[in-house]
Amino acid sequence: MKKNDDFIPKILTFLCNWCSYAGADLAGTSRLKYPTSIIPIRVMCSSRVDPLFILKGYLNGADGVLLTGCHPGDCHYQSGNYYTRRRFAALKKIFENLGLEKDRLSLSWISASEGQKYAQTTTDFTQKIKELGKNSAGTEIFL
Amino acid sequence: MTKVLTVNHSVEQGIREFLKFLLDTGKIKGVFTLKKLNKKGDVAYSLITRSDELTDAVPFFPLMPVNAGKLISRFTMNGPPSEPVAVVLKPCELRAFIELVKLEQGSLENMVFISATCGGVFPLNMVHEGTIEKNLSPYWTAIKKEEIPENIRPVCKACTEFIPYNADLVLNLVGNKNLDSQCDIVIETKKGEEITTDTDIKKKYSQKEYKKENLDTFKERREAEKKKIIEDIDTKLTGMDGLIEIFGKCIGCHGCSKACPICYCKLCEFESSDSEYGPSNYEAELKRRGAVRVPPNTLYYHLGRLSHIAISCVGCGSCEDACPVDIPVSIIFKKIGESIQNMFEYTPGKSIEEKIPLTTFKEKELTEIEE
Repeated sequence: MKKNDDFIPKILTFLCNWCSYAGADLAGTSRLKYPTSIIPIRVMCSSRVDPLFILKGYLNGADGVLLTGCHPGDCHYQSGNYYTRRRFAALKKIFENLGLEKDRLSLSWISASEGQKYAQTTTDFTQKIKELGKNSAGTEIFL
Repeated sequence: MTKVLTVNHSVEQGIREFLKFLLDTGKIKGVFTLKKLNKKGDVAYSLITRSDELTDAVPFFPLMPVNAGKLISRFTMNGPPSEPVAVVLKPCELRAFIELVKLEQGSLENMVFISATCGGVFPLNMVHEGTIEKNLSPYWTAIKKEEIPENIRPVCKACTEFIPYNADLVLNLVGNKNLDSQCDIVIETKKGEEITTDTDIKKKYSQKEYKKENLDTFKERREAEKKKIIEDIDTKLTGMDGLIEIFGKCIGCHGCSKACPICYCKLCEFESSDSEYGPSNYEAELKRRGAVRVPPNTLYYHLGRLSHIAISCVGCGSCEDACPVDIPVSIIFKKIGESIQNMFEYTPGKSIEEKIPLTTFKEKELTEIEE
């Protein structure tokens, strides 16, 4: 795909209620700039995100899927994000082995105090997706 | 040192006699094994308590009508049998059962597991075609010579886990030249020992020390075949286009998940009303895509299944056998499954203590995937 400056990607972003969502909130209240490409979805814990959610987003044409949660060790439910990490690693492996674009998936730990990191992560990821271009799965017919 | 118990008959008859003996002496109260349905050679798994019913049992018939791991899981779902039962199954079936026990879908108690080194099984369509009989003799000839038999399931050809884990008694079939004259039953566990140390058994069958064979030649041949099969599927797994090519012909029957021993969910996401497509779903899809495949979400289903159960895939090949349109499901699961299993250094069904990787974690690991 060609790089297109007018292209605003759609990035599905899962935010955990306790850390990352608060982090995103802080980014807002601190008046930090972050791209409009983000479509936020609040979940109670990053481990609530079944790989199916990511797959469905990807196959329905989300240009990127960003999964965020508390830093390891800081999970509100003690260990949820550790499971998330394993599942996400497995899903990336599946993408890699099937020849799908695994770079469209990303995992980041963003705490409630990291408004800055949230703005930075979303900006960087949007840039990366812009370089990758549109996700062709969104217009495929025989899925 | 492992011990071996010898029955002076062919393996087929020897194991039958041994099971009969166990049943008659009350050491076990039931036998779960393959049994002939008719003279044509159709077989089905059966639970047997009367020893004369064992006459047409064929414990190591190279066919897997249903993965027995799934059947035993259903059998012990609400608790173990009240009396001891001997269960004869293939290594991958036993591994599937162990995975299911880890998922709290069965119980190991009160059962004696009898398995064998496995040369593979024939695809089920050979039953309808009636071509099994004529393939049996070449099958056993190949097994004796540690060769991969012809016409077996494709995934069986690539199976390197042909030596059973967690079996109490194991029969050597692969590379055993005396299949037609002598039946050696290797005692692997304490449970296996308990059932065979009885004086009756000692009187009847000779016991001696036993040195395990490695079956390196067979393993090498299987490894080579696996490499070939995986390389072949790799040429087809080329991103979205490749996947559409492979899964495009899927008719959405979900037969692969019904046949899969690991896919155990009673309320499957893909069968739920969430996955039903109504007019509004179609409308939304059509707005974006301009056309849509019906039934939709084929790829979503297969990728979803991969993300859920590839970690526990034992590579039995039941899925591919169930597929009416010949999608190489089992080979794809074998490839993806092993890549994930290797990542966590996990062999499904190898050990009952080892947790399924996606149900546990280490605090410090996989930092490379975080951004």
